[in-house]
Amino acid sequence: MSAISASEKVDGFTRKSMRKAQKQKKSQGSSQFRTQSSLVELSPLPQLKDAPSTEQQDLFTQKLQQCCMLFDFMDSVTDLKSKEIKRATLNELVDYVSTNRGVLVESAYPEITNMVSTNIFRTLPPSENPDFDPEEDEPTLEAAWPHIQLVYEFFLRFLENPDFQPSIAKRYIDQRFVLQLLELFDSEDPRERDFLKTILHRIYGKFLGLRAFIRKQINNIFLRFIYETDHFNGVAELLEILGSIINGFALPLKAEHKQFLMKVLIPMHTAKGLALFHAQLAYCVVQFLEKDPTLTEPVIRGLLKFWPKTCSQKEVMFLGEIEEILDVIEPTQFKKIEEPLFKQISKCVANPHFQVAERALYFWNNEYILSLIEENIDKILPIMFGSLYRISKEHWNPTIVALVYNVLKTLMEMNSTLFDELTSSYKADRQREKKKEQEREELWKKLEELKLNDTALVQNNSHGLQNAQNNNNNNNNNNNNNSNSHDNQDKSTAVGVSTDIQDPDITTATTESTTSAK
Amino acid sequence: MKAAVGEGPSAALLGGRNPVVQHSSAIRKLQLSKMAGADGDDSLYPIAVLIDELRNEDVQLRLNSIKKLSTIALALGVERTRTELLPFLTDTIYDEDEVLLALAEQLGNFTMLVGGPEYVHCLLPPLESLATVEETVVRDKAVESLRKISQEHSPVDLEVHFEPLVKRLASGDWFTSRTSACGLFSVCYPRVSSTVKAEIRQHFRTLCSDDTPMVRRAAASKLGEFAKVLELDYVKSDIISLFTALASDEQDSVRLLAVEACVSIATLLPQEDLETLVMPTLRQAAEDKSWRVRYMVADKFSELQKAVGPEITKNDLVPAFQNLLKDCEAEVRAAAANKVKEFCENLPEDSREQIIMTHILPCVKELVSDTNQHVKSALASVIMGLSTILGKDNTVEHLLPLFLAQLKDECPEVRLNIISNLDCVNEVIGIRQLSQSLLPAIVELAEDAKWRVRLAIIEYMPLLAGQLGVEFFDEKLNTLCMAWLIDHVYAIREAATCNLMKLVEKFGAEWAQNTIVPKVLGMANDPNYLHRMTTLFCINALSEACGQEITTKQMLPVVLKMSNDQVANVRFNVAKSLQKIGPVLDSNALQTEVKPVLEKLATDTDMDVKYFAQEAISVLALA
Repeated sequence: MSAISASEKVDGFTRKSMRKAQKQKKSQGSSQFRTQSSLVELSPLPQLKDAPSTEQQDLFTQKLQQCCMLFDFMDSVTDLKSKEIKRATLNELVDYVSTNRGVLVESAYPEITNMVSTNIFRTLPPSENPDFDPEEDEPTLEAAWPHIQLVYEFFLRFLENPDFQPSIAKRYIDQRFVLQLLELFDSEDPRERDFLKTILHRIYGKFLGLRAFIRKQINNIFLRFIYETDHFNGVAELLEILGSIINGFALPLKAEHKQFLMKVLIPMHTAKGLALFHAQLAYCVVQFLEKDPTLTEPVIRGLLKFWPKTCSQKEVMFLGEIEEILDVIEPTQFKKIEEPLFKQISKCVANPHFQVAERALYFWNNEYILSLIEENIDKILPIMFGSLYRISKEHWNPTIVALVYNVLKTLMEMNSTLFDELTSSYKADRQREKKKEQEREELWKKLEELKLNDTALVQNNSHGLQNAQNNNNNNNNNNNNNSNSHDNQDKSTAVGVSTDIQDPDITTATTESTTSAK
Repeated sequence: MKAAVGEGPSAALLGGRNPVVQHSSAIRKLQLSKMAGADGDDSLYPIAVLIDELRNEDVQLRLNSIKKLSTIALALGVERTRTELLPFLTDTIYDEDEVLLALAEQLGNFTMLVGGPEYVHCLLPPLESLATVEETVVRDKAVESLRKISQEHSPVDLEVHFEPLVKRLASGDWFTSRTSACGLFSVCYPRVSSTVKAEIRQHFRTLCSDDTPMVRRAAASKLGEFAKVLELDYVKSDIISLFTALASDEQDSVRLLAVEACVSIATLLPQEDLETLVMPTLRQAAEDKSWRVRYMVADKFSELQKAVGPEITKNDLVPAFQNLLKDCEAEVRAAAANKVKEFCENLPEDSREQIIMTHILPCVKELVSDTNQHVKSALASVIMGLSTILGKDNTVEHLLPLFLAQLKDECPEVRLNIISNLDCVNEVIGIRQLSQSLLPAIVELAEDAKWRVRLAIIEYMPLLAGQLGVEFFDEKLNTLCMAWLIDHVYAIREAATCNLMKLVEKFGAEWAQNTIVPKVLGMANDPNYLHRMTTLFCINALSEACGQEITTKQMLPVVLKMSNDQVANVRFNVAKSLQKIGPVLDSNALQTEVKPVLEKLATDTDMDVKYFAQEAISVLALA
């Protein structure tokens, strides 16, 4: 107790780095519901290479079956001998399928998939750290990795074996198998996800019948990620696979693919952990646009809709993605979105966070974007001018101010007449804007008053006659306008209805004064 | 393949529409009315602006305007709200989700504004669109509003307008509309004809086997609610098969929702049907290979127990509960541990004690030394409750050793949970049995490195003091209470002050005068100004409980003396304290002693001291 230092007492919150240091090197077991309680110790089988070729196939099967035994790696002292035997056997199996030809006979397929399924398919354990931040925290590693790694390795070699026949394998590597494989992408262990990525890619390449299914399931995982759980560890890996899948789409794009782009990939930009997979996501989006440029407008409008409002890091990522899109944009498509897009860019340029402003201003270093701007300078300059001019005088960061001067110079060179016009009208424009703002404020104020009047009117209704009088007055004022007097009647009906809720006696009074009331 | 193959993306889907550049006939109508408003009726003018703002580029302005939608509607009147405003809103449905959320919420309260229940169906088109958007919060809000206004439909309107909408949603191409449909079946089912009822059941059945997991999840989460409105025969024929199917879904996220539905379904069925219709599925869920499902079973255990009744509880749930308490996943064990007391409480009385002693207690004993601290602390928060159920002898013999073990646990949360529930044990065996172990535990927690732990134990002090009695307290705990007054963390000092007040309320003024007041007043001479201020804070808290005599004779002189402190913070706290204790003093003391000091402070060089002195003078009416 006395060991607690005063400073520790003062600061009850230990530093994050300290906590992290304690946490590092943590591993966890897979959440296997252990029904097999009593383990039989494994006994080593003879080496495959020593067996006569007639018995090799049998031995291969036996070894596969032996590897179906699972061990508890959270307990590092139990079954050491058996664990070692399994490890050695797996190693041997990896070797066997990668170096030998003609070992993949038909009867081996179910044994192989069974061994792989038994070992890798498991419910992932609950996260040790509920607010796991993939950018900050060390991932929890899979405890059984020494075995699981070899199983993955073996499965991959099996898929890549020149004798591998999808027509036989598809009986075992079916939709159910793929579904379980996809669930594993949520593993916190990056080594596991890396293997899964390669394996899923191979399966997608070799099993044509599973392609649509795989795409649909990825779709579902993403939708769950965006709208339900906000958590899935393997998003980046899945997107990477998708990137190459999109690359292979035939033209014209199917409606299904376009829907995937607009309803899944674009909303994915709203995810909290965007930084973890933004590069892969942007790649997928750009792939789509390279395939079909007519998607540019909806994509950019989608990004503008989800533009980050408070997260500057994300905003920088969005700007990066916009630049990637602009790099491949067709001039005709550019014309369609230049207005909303540059309104956003103009806001970014004026962003008080210098990284956002800087990222936006870097667009002017891009030759192709410059040429697009120049072609459409009449449209773009008026949108950009206000913020640039203001920022050149007001921004706190000297680098930004310097960049803005360069940009203003470039723009001036593109159309000096327009530039001069805008400069001279700048003040007047600002004043007009201010006035508009004032007007708006006043109107809101008026509206508040109107609301008060409404309540007052409701209260007045307790003297039914007065309300009738009110109505008459209004009618007199607007007797040149039929529809308006009609409005007033409607209005009093509404008022009548709302009083209805408060006091039933009042309603009677109102009813007498209006014609359209019930 | 509904989800994947639409009949081609529509313009809305591709985001091609923009609220700003849209010119539907509805808008033109509204613009006309705006002009009319502008020339003629001044009171309508702001309404025109509001409508204009609904199309503003700035989201915030659109949002403000939407939030005033009821005002707009009120001003427009019911007819124009129906013919102009609602079509306009239906058209502009492509907007930022935040605006849509506000809209969905507003429309739920719009019945009166469109002319009452007779016209309520006018609200369906915009809400239908909102129920299909991607963003879950918007969709949920739209469904909530739809459920609300469904009650305002007449049975005829429900069949003519509402039910077709549900059907459209249920057979929508994109999963969002089907998800929304799931929440609407139960509100229209009770009030439609039997043919329509059959259709509704059919739609629900289809959605339960939808190929999108999102839809199946939505259906599973509404299964219990839907079962409640169904006729018992259909519960047996339809719901049970759906329940069984969902409970063995390939995705664990669907299966776990079926567990929730299990509670409602079991409540609906007669006892004799439970065994055949529900129990096989429930047993399977309790042993599911996914920990999430088992967790859900553990989490809903008390509800399940009540729903299936005592017999099944004895035969099935007891072993299932034992397994959950021994689960390999800590998450599941913790959830089960949380339910230990409730489960035991609700066991049938005739065999309660026997079941607890032979089946539950052995598992509980193991959990006391669990490797996971969340499990232990979950257990510690309920374990004390067992003593009332088991009675004095069993508590002393079996539970006491467990309490003592947990009081010595390495994790402070576990100890704290035990201490915070001491009152349960107190009723049964008295706290004395524990005091030997209690004291070291309290002392250790009182000096824990985490101030939140220290804070928590302080909060239990008055309770402990009451149960342990004044002698024990003076002997063992008084020093601790005083030590907290000079803690490094302000929150602790503050809580310690408050604690003293509660102790005085419990033990009386005389006790305070002898034990606490001298020590508190002694701190007024401490070299650390924070400690000197603590004296003032204590006086603020104690004066009322101690009464006029102690306050005037012992406390006031100290406060007045401190008005000469060299630290301004102390001086302005003197002013604050005088304001606080003023009402306890008699007018003589106020006039002759307090007033001159406050007047002097009111001329202090420090502006804060001046401010608070002046405030005290005016509050005490000494000017």
